[in-house]
Formats: sequence, structure tokens, C-alpha cells
Amino acid sequence: MIRKENLENIPALAENPIKNQIIEAFFDKRNQHGNEVGSFQEIGFEQFVMVMSHFRPPNLKTTKEEKQEMRKEKLRFLFNMHDTDGDGIITLQEYRKVVEELLSNSGAMDQDAAHEIADAAMLEVASTNVPQMSPEDHYEGITFQHFEQILKDLEMETRMFIRFLDVDTTTMHCGKATS
Amino acid sequence: MGRGGSVRFWIFGSMLLIGVWGQEPKSERHDEHGGGSNVSGISIVSLEWEYVEPPYLVALWILVCFLCKLVIEANHHVTEFIPESALLICSGFILGGMIWGADKVQTFRLTPYDFFHYFLPPIILDTGYSMPNKLFFTNLGGILIHAIIGTCWNAASLGLSLWGCQIGGAMGDLNVGLLQYLLFGSLIAAVDPVAVLAVFEQVHVNEVLFIMVFGESLLNDGVTVVLFNVFNAFVTLGGPRINAAEIIKGIISFFVVAFGGSLVGFVFGLLFALLSRCTKNIQIIEPGFLFILGYLAYLTAEMLSLSAILSIVFFGVCCQKYINANMDENSVRTMKCAVKVFANGAETMIFVFLGISAIDKSIWVWNTGFVLLTLLFILIYRFMGVFFLTWFMNLTRLVPIDYTDQVIMSYGGLRGAVAYGLAVMLDEAKIEEKKLMVSTTLIVVYFTVILQGVTMKPLVKWLKVKRAASAEKTLIEKVQNRAFEHILVAIEDISGQKGNNYLRNKWFKFEENWMSRILLRPSVRERQDKVFNVFHQLNLKDAMSYVVEGERRGSLEFIRNESAFVDFKKKFGEDMTMSMPDIMADMSDDRSAASSTRKESVPSVSLEVHEQAMRGTRAAEGLDSHHLLQQHLYKGRKQHRHRYSRSHFDINKDENEIQEIFQRTMKSRLESFKSGKMGVAPPKTITKHTRKEQQQKVRTAQTLTQQSVHPLEKDKIPRCLFFPNPTLHGKTLFQDFRCFTRFFRQVYNIQAVKKNLTFHFFWFQLQNKKSKSRLSGDEDFEFSEGDSASGYDTSFPVRGGYRPGAGIENPAFMPDVDLPLQIPPWLEDVDSVAPSQRAQVRLPWTPSNLRRLSPLRISTRSSDSFNLAEAPGDHQDDQLPPPPTPPPHRDGDVV
Repeated sequence: MIRKENLENIPALAENPIKNQIIEAFFDKRNQHGNEVGSFQEIGFEQFVMVMSHFRPPNLKTTKEEKQEMRKEKLRFLFNMHDTDGDGIITLQEYRKVVEELLSNSGAMDQDAAHEIADAAMLEVASTNVPQMSPEDHYEGITFQHFEQILKDLEMETRMFIRFLDVDTTTMHCGKATS
Repeated sequence: MGRGGSVRFWIFGSMLLIGVWGQEPKSERHDEHGGGSNVSGISIVSLEWEYVEPPYLVALWILVCFLCKLVIEANHHVTEFIPESALLICSGFILGGMIWGADKVQTFRLTPYDFFHYFLPPIILDTGYSMPNKLFFTNLGGILIHAIIGTCWNAASLGLSLWGCQIGGAMGDLNVGLLQYLLFGSLIAAVDPVAVLAVFEQVHVNEVLFIMVFGESLLNDGVTVVLFNVFNAFVTLGGPRINAAEIIKGIISFFVVAFGGSLVGFVFGLLFALLSRCTKNIQIIEPGFLFILGYLAYLTAEMLSLSAILSIVFFGVCCQKYINANMDENSVRTMKCAVKVFANGAETMIFVFLGISAIDKSIWVWNTGFVLLTLLFILIYRFMGVFFLTWFMNLTRLVPIDYTDQVIMSYGGLRGAVAYGLAVMLDEAKIEEKKLMVSTTLIVVYFTVILQGVTMKPLVKWLKVKRAASAEKTLIEKVQNRAFEHILVAIEDISGQKGNNYLRNKWFKFEENWMSRILLRPSVRERQDKVFNVFHQLNLKDAMSYVVEGERRGSLEFIRNESAFVDFKKKFGEDMTMSMPDIMADMSDDRSAASSTRKESVPSVSLEVHEQAMRGTRAAEGLDSHHLLQQHLYKGRKQHRHRYSRSHFDINKDENEIQEIFQRTMKSRLESFKSGKMGVAPPKTITKHTRKEQQQKVRTAQTLTQQSVHPLEKDKIPRCLFFPNPTLHGKTLFQDFRCFTRFFRQVYNIQAVKKNLTFHFFWFQLQNKKSKSRLSGDEDFEFSEGDSASGYDTSFPVRGGYRPGAGIENPAFMPDVDLPLQIPPWLEDVDSVAPSQRAQVRLPWTPSNLRRLSPLRISTRSSDSFNLAEAPGDHQDDQLPPPPTPPPHRDGDVV
């Protein structure tokens, strides 16, 4: 069983600005391909592998549909990471927090700057997804559809992968199938 | 076509001219010289053709090549199907034919010396300088495998197969030994960067594929040079004397050549980066360093017989980041353009001359078997090599390269001028069949560049090769990418591995801590953030489109008429008046909350947000946006007074013009300033200063401009902002609009600090109104509302349909949202209140306000502390009638 403290104690993680989000992601029930919401106190090997499975690379045999599916999974993972309260919407506050932490170690920028950026990004999402928004409208936050939409050009296929030593990707696949 | 024809005719004419001149004057000159020595008279006009011949020919040729390109590019229907490089070669054929027709001998051809010393360096410098570093280094492993093993394989297999075919009798009687075949193989094995770039630039394949082919073509130069030299030496030595020691030497020399070349480039790159730290004062020639140092890196490597191409590539790769950050934005832009000019020009010349060189009877020796077999083997072995190596790489590659990409990679193995240059360099004394090799190389070059080049695009389409994704430009994508990197590193950490991402992270750390510290100017180190860059870009874009939109509607005034805001404005005004005491009371408690919301909803534009965000670290870019805006805003009468300066760009700006720009924009700026920042600055009524004091100041203003400026700010506050006396106005003021804008932004900066005082300001307004201290004398401002082209406070109505209180409040894109917030209806007469002392400083001179404003104009000294000191005071005695007395230290200045 792994607890949060265990992950937090990994020395190499200490410098990572979004360490908290990443650790949260491991304990997030939404990342277990189930429909549950909430978070674990501690996770077992299976859950650990489930989270890790988001990072498996495709191979030459992966079909287009599978690739699409994988992409969606990865996006969902990212989305969950942003959506901390689990209501299916990334609100401005949530997004700001992420951006703030992301930028927190590039010292020159203060919190305001991070906020500005988050706001600008948010507005971008809003304007892409709801082009005809009247001034009275209120954009609550990014839904998963919007998230998918705005990142549709982002090349995930070559990015969000980790090479796992000694772990055959097929076993990872089995891990998913069993659950 | 008619146009094309005429230009072509023109070229033909110029060609004839060269030919004729080349022949005739030579004979005439003899007479002239003979006569010249005898006759003491002065010949008024004499033809000094020989004196100018070499440079003249060079210049003419460059012109002709450029015109060829112009003709080719005139019609895009052609270049869509046939790559430019192929067309250039064809036009080379035509030109060569003309020369041949005129001279009966090919007087011009591409010599290896010219090629390697003048044409190649600029092209490679360009590739290195604009190399996508991250992509390049991510795929470095694959590139190296292809560049080293692939090239060796190509050379060896081609040489051996040809040799085998010769023994088999396929090529008739040729006097070529195995070593010479290998030499030929080595010179023709290398994929040519120039050709590859020319073709792949027009077929937008995905970036991984592109970098694989292109990187290979760049890096295999080291291999080619070594192979060529080694085999050349072997051929000289002769077969029997080659022993193991020589072969080992050859292998060692490979490492020396390749790594030595890279090292030379690296060292020069770092030198350049260091140098660029201190070139601030010679901005005008700053860009020249790139070319000179790059060329020196190239020549140094050449001198040490290292790989010159690798040297200049790594020069570009390693200095690009630092110099782009260190140098002024103008210089960077100049470099980027100039490097393209040189590279593109050189490329054009290379292809044209490749074509011209072909039209020469003396070089052609035809051997069907040799030529066809070479072509066949080149293609086959290229495919085999690529497929095998990629298969091997895919075993370990995270994201495998799929088959269609592999086909394109193989098919993209274009040979070019490098091979031709090497072939011409062969020693005819040692290799009897040199001519055959040269002509075969030419055939191969034509075949690959023209035929494969033409078919590349259809093939890419047919195979549905993944195309290049659109460049990431949205902010959210950048943010997301940043998140990716961290997530990947974190996951690797958690899983306890040290993979690529781990290494990359380590490298970034190292770079940040050491390289940047040494190589970057301290001032630019902070702005090394990509997210910020995108942010900045977006803002610029918005500002631009805003201006365009404004122009479309006739004026920028339309924002003011946005009806959406009006009722809100009124409402807010009412609320304000009604509940003012409460608000004031609440303020002290709610202070932090209120101020934070205020901060975000405060204004405005792009630039200002920046300021707030970056606190002036982006002075240059801010200036740039100013420049853009200014360009769009000002379309007035221009009275250019052309002057010349070798060291300044903007010398031709007419003072009148600048002043007009200033006056036209002043009003609106002031307005936005007031509306946006009013809250921050305690209002001053102008009447508070005694006339006596003012007169004094007017008198002493001239000297004060020098004295009263705080040392720290002295260089930042432009002289032009002072208005010592009316007669000076218009002559010496506003000499530099840029310095004005810089100054203006500083003011913004300072104001941004104190936004949370907005409410106090309103209170002041109220008091103001009550005490009837409003002034109406400023009506004679000569600005019309229509001219209120606000450079700063540009709202962006397309996007900015948000109001405070809606989900997001983004200052960057909805600047004017809070305009109504801060100008209650009773303040519509904006001239009644001067926004702040700083703003006052910039009021243009008019008869009515000069007198009153003059005292304030010199109060520029250390305004930060000045305003800050004032702020708390206002907070406490906000019941008092407004105008705070000028702080004491100001008086000290005055007297």
C-alpha cells in the first residue's frame, strides 16, 4: 500500500512545481477507469499501475481507434488533474491555481502574473468554445468537451509517454483489462 | 507568361552584355593603355572594364539568379507542383545554354572553392540559427544513427555493388578500382542539406520526420568529409599499402573531425553569446557578429581540417537562444531576416549554377551502365538502410516511426551540390574516370532534386503522411505543455527511473543555473519564459486586431459607444453616490479582498497588463507594441525630412510628425489613463498652486529639466516631456517618440501599484464636485474625440463582452470594462481633474493649461516614493477637500 506521504518523500519530486497535483492524481478515484469520485487514502499496486497506464506509449500495431481512445484517456487524466473538486468543470480558480504552481519556480513571476496568464488562457477557451457570448453570459469553467476541443491540435501522441524499463507494455494493457 | 517572357528576355540581354563585354574591351584596352602612356591629356570617360570585372560579374550573376527566382516565383501554380529547386536548375540549364551559345565554351561553372567558401556557409548558418533545438536534440539519437551508420552503409554498399557490377561486366571497360568506387560511393552517399531543405520546406511533413531527414543531412557531413578524405588518401596510397593502422587512423579521424568540428562551433557560439552581453552600445552592427563569427567558426574548422558544416551548425544551435535574448529586438529581427536573405540567395545561386554547370560538353562522359546502376543502387540502398535502421531504432523508440514516414525518409535522400563539389575536387591524375564520376554525380543530383523533388509532394499526399501540426500558439497549450513536462518528470521520478525526461530536466536545471547566468544579460534572464512569450504575442495580436477593427469602423471611438456598458455605468455611479460612506467604511475591513478584485478588473490593455505582470522587464517588447500601434494609429500628413545617420534607425522621423502623433494620441491616452488609473492617483486640482510659484518654475524650468530628475530615472525620463517655455515647444520636444512611450509605461508601472486606492479617488471626486473646484478652462484642448486613438486602453470588443462579475475577468482582453466603473457620470467632464502628477507632466502645451500645469511638470523626481508617500495620507484624511499639497522635496527642487 502506498500513502501520500510515501510519494511526497521521494526526493527527486521535491523540485517539481506541480508535485501536489501529480500526487493527488495517484489517489484520485477518477483515474481508475471507474465511475467513482473521491480519493483514496492509500492505494495498492493495482491502482498505482492503473494511473501509470496513462503513460503507456503506442506501438506500431495500435489502431487509429485505440489511439483515439488513448488520447482521450490521457486528456481525461489531465483534466482530472486540473479539476480538483471533481465537479466536471475547471473553474477559473482551479485553473489559476495550477498555473500559479506551474510558474512558481520560475522566480521572476509573481502570483499576479500567473493569474493574468490563467485568465488569458481561460478567456481563450471561452472564446473558442462559445464564440457568441453576450456580455451577460457567465462562463463557469472548462468542461471536458471544451478541454478536448481546445487541445485538439496538441500533439499528445509523442508527448505524454514514459519509457518503462522492464515493463512490457502489454502487461500494462492487461492491467487495464482486468479491472 | 508574357511578363515571364519579357524578364527572361531581359536576362538574356544582360547575359549577352556580359559576353560581349567580356570579349570586346579586352582588345580595346590594349590600345587605350598604349595611348594612355603617351598622351598626357585626361580622358574624360574611359572604360575600365578589367578593373571592375570580377566584382561586376559576381554582382551581375547574383542579380541574374535573383531574377530567375523572381520569374519562377511569379506564378504559384507552377511552384505548387514543381519545387523551386528543380525550376532553378532548369533555368540554370537555359542560362547555361545561352552562355554556351555565345561563347562556345562554358566560362562559368560552380567551382568547389566558391561553393564551399561562399555559398554553403550562409545556408548552413541559417539552418543552425533557426534550428528547432528541442526537436533536434530529442531526436538526436535517431539522427546520429542515420547520419553515421546510414551514410557509411550507403557509401560502402554503393561502392561494392558498382565494383561487383564492373567485374560482372555491366559497364564495359572502365579503369576504376575498388578503392575508387568506394571513394565515389562516399562522395555521393551523403544526403545534401541544401537540396533536402529546398524540397522539404515546401512539403510540410510532420516535424519528427522533417528533423530526421534534415538533421541527418546536416550531420552526415562529418562522415562524408572523413570518408572522402580517407578514401582519397587510400587511393593515393594505393591498395597494397593500406594496413590496419591506416584504417584505425581513419576511424579515429572520424571522431576527431566530427567532434572537433562541433567543438569549434560550440566554442564560437559561446563566445558570441558572451559577446552579445555587451554589445548594447553598438546595436546597429550587432547583427553583423552573427555572420562574422559564424563564418569564422566555419573557416576555423576548415583550417583545422575539421567538419566545417558541423561547426557552423553547432555555432548556430548553441548561440541562438542567448543572443536572441541578449540582443535588442530590432537586432534580432535584423539577424533573422539577414540570415534568410543570405541563405536563400546562396541557395538560389547554387541551384542555378548546378544547372549552368551541366551545359558543358567537356565534362560529359557517358556510360549508361555506370549512370543507371548508380541511380538504381542509390535508391535501393537508401531504402534498405533507412528501413533497417528505423526498424532497429523502433525497438527502443518510444513513439515508433511508422512505415509511411520511413518511405518518405528514404525517398527524401536527395543529393545535391555538396556531392558535386566533392566530385569536382577529385584529382584527375589519380582517378582517370573523374569526368565520368562528375557527370554521374550531376545526373544523380538532377535526378534526385528534380524527379524526386517533383514527386515528393504527390507521394506525401498519397501516403497520407502526417503533416505538420499547426504551431502551438494558444496560451493554454503552452501551459499544458509545461504541465506535460513536469508530469512526465514526476512520473519518472515516482517510478524511479532516469529516462530522457529526467535528463532533460537536469539539463534545464544546469542551463538555468550556469549557462544562463554566464551568458545572459541579467536583465533578460527573467523573461526567459515561453508562456510569457505567448502571452505577449496574444496581447499584441489583440491590440492589432483591435486597431484594425477600429479602422474598419472609421474610428476607435466605437468602444465608447458600446451600449452594453452604459447602463452599468450609470448604475454604478448611482450606487457610488448613494452608498459611498458605507463603501468607505467597508473598505478598511474588506481591503484585501476589494483590492484584489480591483486589481484584476483594472484595465486594460495588453500593454498595461504586461507592465503589471512583468514590471518593466520587457521594455523592448513593449516598445515594439507601441511601435505597431503607432504605425496603425497614425495616418496623418507626413512631411518627411530625410536625413541620414549611420547609427540610428529613426532619424527620419519628423518632429512635426511626431508631435502630431503625440497630440493626436495624447488626449485619448490621458483619458484612458484617467479612467484606468484614476483610482490610484489622488486628484489634484490645478488651482492650488500659486501663480508666483508657477512663474518661478517656468523660469527655472530649463535648468530643472536637468536637475530635478532623479539620478536613477534620469535616463528613463525623456527630456522631451518637459515644457520649459512655449517657444521651445515644437522645436526640440518629442525628438524621440520612443522615449516618450517608454516613459509613459513607467508611469503606468508606478500607477499599477496602487490600484487599490480607487475608492478613495472616488471619494475625492465627490468632494471635488461639491467644492466646485472644477475647472473648465481645458476645453480648448485641440483634440477631437474622433482622434482618440487610444494606444493603451484599447478594449477588444469582439472578445471582451465580459463584465466584471461574470465568470472571468481578464484584464488583458476587456480593458474598458471598468471604464464605466471608474468614471461616474458626474465625472464625464474629464478635464476637470488631472489624473496624476505624472500624467500632468505629459499634457501637451496649450495656452490655457500651460501656466497652470507648469509647476507639476517638473515634479518628476522620484515619483514612486512621492506617490506612495502620498497614498496613505489620502486614505486617512479623505474627508478633507482634495488637493494635497505638493510634497516638500519638490519645492526643494524648484528653488
